[in-house]
Amino acid sequence: MAIAALAFYVFAAVAVASGLMVTLARNPVHSVLWLILAFFSTAGLFVLLGAEFVAMLLVIVYVGAVAVLFLFVVMMLDVDFAALKSGFVENMPFGLLIGAVLLTEIVLAVGVWQFGDAAVASRAAVSPTPDEVSNTVALGRLIYDDYLHLFQLAGMVLFVAMVGAIVLTLRKREGVKRQDVLAQMYRTREQSVELRDVKPGQGV
Amino acid sequence: MPELLQEYLPIVVFFGLALALGLLFIVAALVVAVRRPDAEKISAYECGFNAFDDARMKFDVRFYLVSILFIIFDLEVAFLFPWAASFGDQGWVGYWSMMVFLGVLTVGFAYEWKKGALEWE
Amino acid sequence: METTFFDSGFGQFTVILAQCLAVVVSLLLSLAFLLYMDRKVWAAVQLRRGPNVVGPFGLLQSFADFLKFVVKEVVIPAGADRAVYLLAPLISFVLASVAWAVIPFADGWVVSDLNVGILYIFAISSLGVYGVIMGGWASNSKYPFLGGLRSAAQMVSYEVSIGLIIVGVMISTGSLNLSEIVRAQDGAYGLFSWYWLPHLPMVVLFFVSALAETNRPPFDLPEAESELVAGYQVEYSSTPYLLFMIGEYMAIVMMCALITTLFFGGWLSPIPGLPDGVLWFTLKVVAFFFLFAMVKAIVPRYRYDQLMRLGWKVFLPMSLAWVVIAATLAKLDVPGYARWAVGG
Repeated sequence: MAIAALAFYVFAAVAVASGLMVTLARNPVHSVLWLILAFFSTAGLFVLLGAEFVAMLLVIVYVGAVAVLFLFVVMMLDVDFAALKSGFVENMPFGLLIGAVLLTEIVLAVGVWQFGDAAVASRAAVSPTPDEVSNTVALGRLIYDDYLHLFQLAGMVLFVAMVGAIVLTLRKREGVKRQDVLAQMYRTREQSVELRDVKPGQGV
Repeated sequence: MPELLQEYLPIVVFFGLALALGLLFIVAALVVAVRRPDAEKISAYECGFNAFDDARMKFDVRFYLVSILFIIFDLEVAFLFPWAASFGDQGWVGYWSMMVFLGVLTVGFAYEWKKGALEWE
Repeated sequence: METTFFDSGFGQFTVILAQCLAVVVSLLLSLAFLLYMDRKVWAAVQLRRGPNVVGPFGLLQSFADFLKFVVKEVVIPAGADRAVYLLAPLISFVLASVAWAVIPFADGWVVSDLNVGILYIFAISSLGVYGVIMGGWASNSKYPFLGGLRSAAQMVSYEVSIGLIIVGVMISTGSLNLSEIVRAQDGAYGLFSWYWLPHLPMVVLFFVSALAETNRPPFDLPEAESELVAGYQVEYSSTPYLLFMIGEYMAIVMMCALITTLFFGGWLSPIPGLPDGVLWFTLKVVAFFFLFAMVKAIVPRYRYDQLMRLGWKVFLPMSLAWVVIAATLAKLDVPGYARWAVGG
C-alpha cells in the first residue's frame, strides 16, 4: 500500500506543479507541454483510483488529440504573446479579485458538500462490483442502455461540433485546381486522344 | 497493493528503464563526441541559403480543421471502445442505440464530404 | 531463502526490472538485425548487395553504425529551443519502447498484462505524433517545421481508422486484454481460426494504415527527401538522430507485432498439434517486417493530397462500415465474429 500512497503523492505533486508551470512558462509551446505532463499525472491518479479506462481515455483524447490541436494553434498561429501580455500589470488587481472570489466560492461549495442519501443509493444500484468485471465492460453495460438519452445527446454534441468546425474554419479558395479521381478514371481514349493524319510540310 | 495496480508497476519500471537508456544515449554522445560548433555549422539548413526569416510562421487553417475533425472522430472511437468490450452482454437496445449514434455522426461525415472539408488542395 | 526474497517487495521489484531489461535488450538486439534485414531486402530488390563489409555478410553493420552515431558531434541549431530539441527524440524513443510492455510474446510472457492493453497501445501510438511535431518545431528551421506539420496531420488522420479497426476486433473478442485477444483466436482449425479470415478486409486496411502511421514508405511524406530533405530530422545528428531512428523502427516492429496479435493469432501455432510459443510470434513478426521492407522497396511515394484523401475518404468510411457489419454479424451469432457463440 505504501507504494500506492507514494505514487499518489508523486502524481499529485507533479500535476499541481506542472499546472503551475502552464501559467508561468514564458513560451506558450512550453505551456502546452507542461499541460500534457499535467494530463499524464492526472491519468496516473485515475489509474490509482482503479479507473483504468478513464485514464486511458484521458491520454487518448486529451493528450493524443486535444493537446495536438493546442500545439498546432500555439505553434502556428504566430500570435505575438508579448503584445498579449502588455496589459498584465493594469489588469492584475482585477484578475486577483476574480481569482479570490472563485477560490472562496470553491472553498464554500466543497466545504459544505454532502452526498444525498438518494445519490449514494442510486450510484450503488448501478455500479457493478469491480472485482467481477473490468471497468471498461462495466461502463459499456451502463452507457448504451441505462444512460441511452445522455449517450445520444453526446452524439448530437459531436455532430454540432463537426458542423460548427466546418462552418467556422472552412474557406473555399477560388481558382484552385483539384484532382477529380473519378473523372480521371472514367476518361477514355476517345475523349482525349485524336489521331490526325498530318501531311508532310503542313501543320496540324 | 490491489491486483490492478500490480499490473501497472511494470509499466512504470519499463518507462523508467527506457528513459534511462535514452538519456544514456544522448549523454554518451555529448560526453564522447567532440563538440566544436561554429556559426555556419549551427545555422538552420536551407539548401545553402542563409535563412531568410524565422521558421515558425502562420499556417494554413486546414491543419486546424484536420485536427478538430480528428478530435471528434477520436471521441466517437472512444465511445465505441466500451461498447465493443461489452458487446456480448448487450441486448438489442445497446446495439440500436450505437447504430443511431453512428448514424448521426455519419450524417455529419457526409456533410463534411459534401462541403469539401476532406479535400486537400 | 530464495522464495522469501522473491516474495518481498524488493524481490518482486527485481523480477520486474529483470523482465523489463530482458524485453528491452532483446528488442534492441533484434532491431539491429531487423535494420540489417531491411537494408538487405531493399538492396536485393534493387539488385545491389547491401551492407556486406562489417562482420560475416555484413551482419554487424548496425553495431558499427551505432558506434559511429555515438562518436558524432551533437549539433544543436542556433535558433533551436534546446530543451524541446533534445526532448523530442527522447520522447519518440521512450514511447516506442514503452508500448512493448503489454505485448504478449507467448502465453503468460508479458511484462504487464493490462486489462486495457489494446487501449494502452492505442494511447501510446497516438502520442507518437509529439516526437515528430516537437522535433520539427524546436529545430527552428523550415524543412523540419513543414515535415513535422505534415507528419502530425498524417498520423492523426490514420489514427482514426486504426482505432475503428481495433474496435472491430474487440467486438469479436469482448476483451481489451491482448493475451485474451490471442486466446480467443485459439481454435480447432489452426490458422483458419484466427481473425484474419473473418476480418480480412480490415487486415489490409490495418497494414496500410500502419504504414501511414509509422511514416513508412510509400507514406514517408514527412521525410520526403525530394521535397523536404529529411523532414523533421533535418537538423538532427548523432544520438538524438539515432533515437529518432530507433523509435521509428521500434514503432514499425510494434505495428507488425500488433497485426500478429490482433489478426494472426500471436504466439499460436498455425497448424493444430504443433506446440505454440514465442517462436511462432517471432516468425510472424519477422514475416510482416519483410512485407514492410518489400513495400518500401517497390511502391512509389504518395502525394500529400492523395494521402489525405485515402485516409479520410476511403479508410475512414470503410472501417466505420466494417464496425457496423462486424457488429451486426456478431449480433446474429455468426461464428468467427461472435466468439462467445462458439464457446471459444
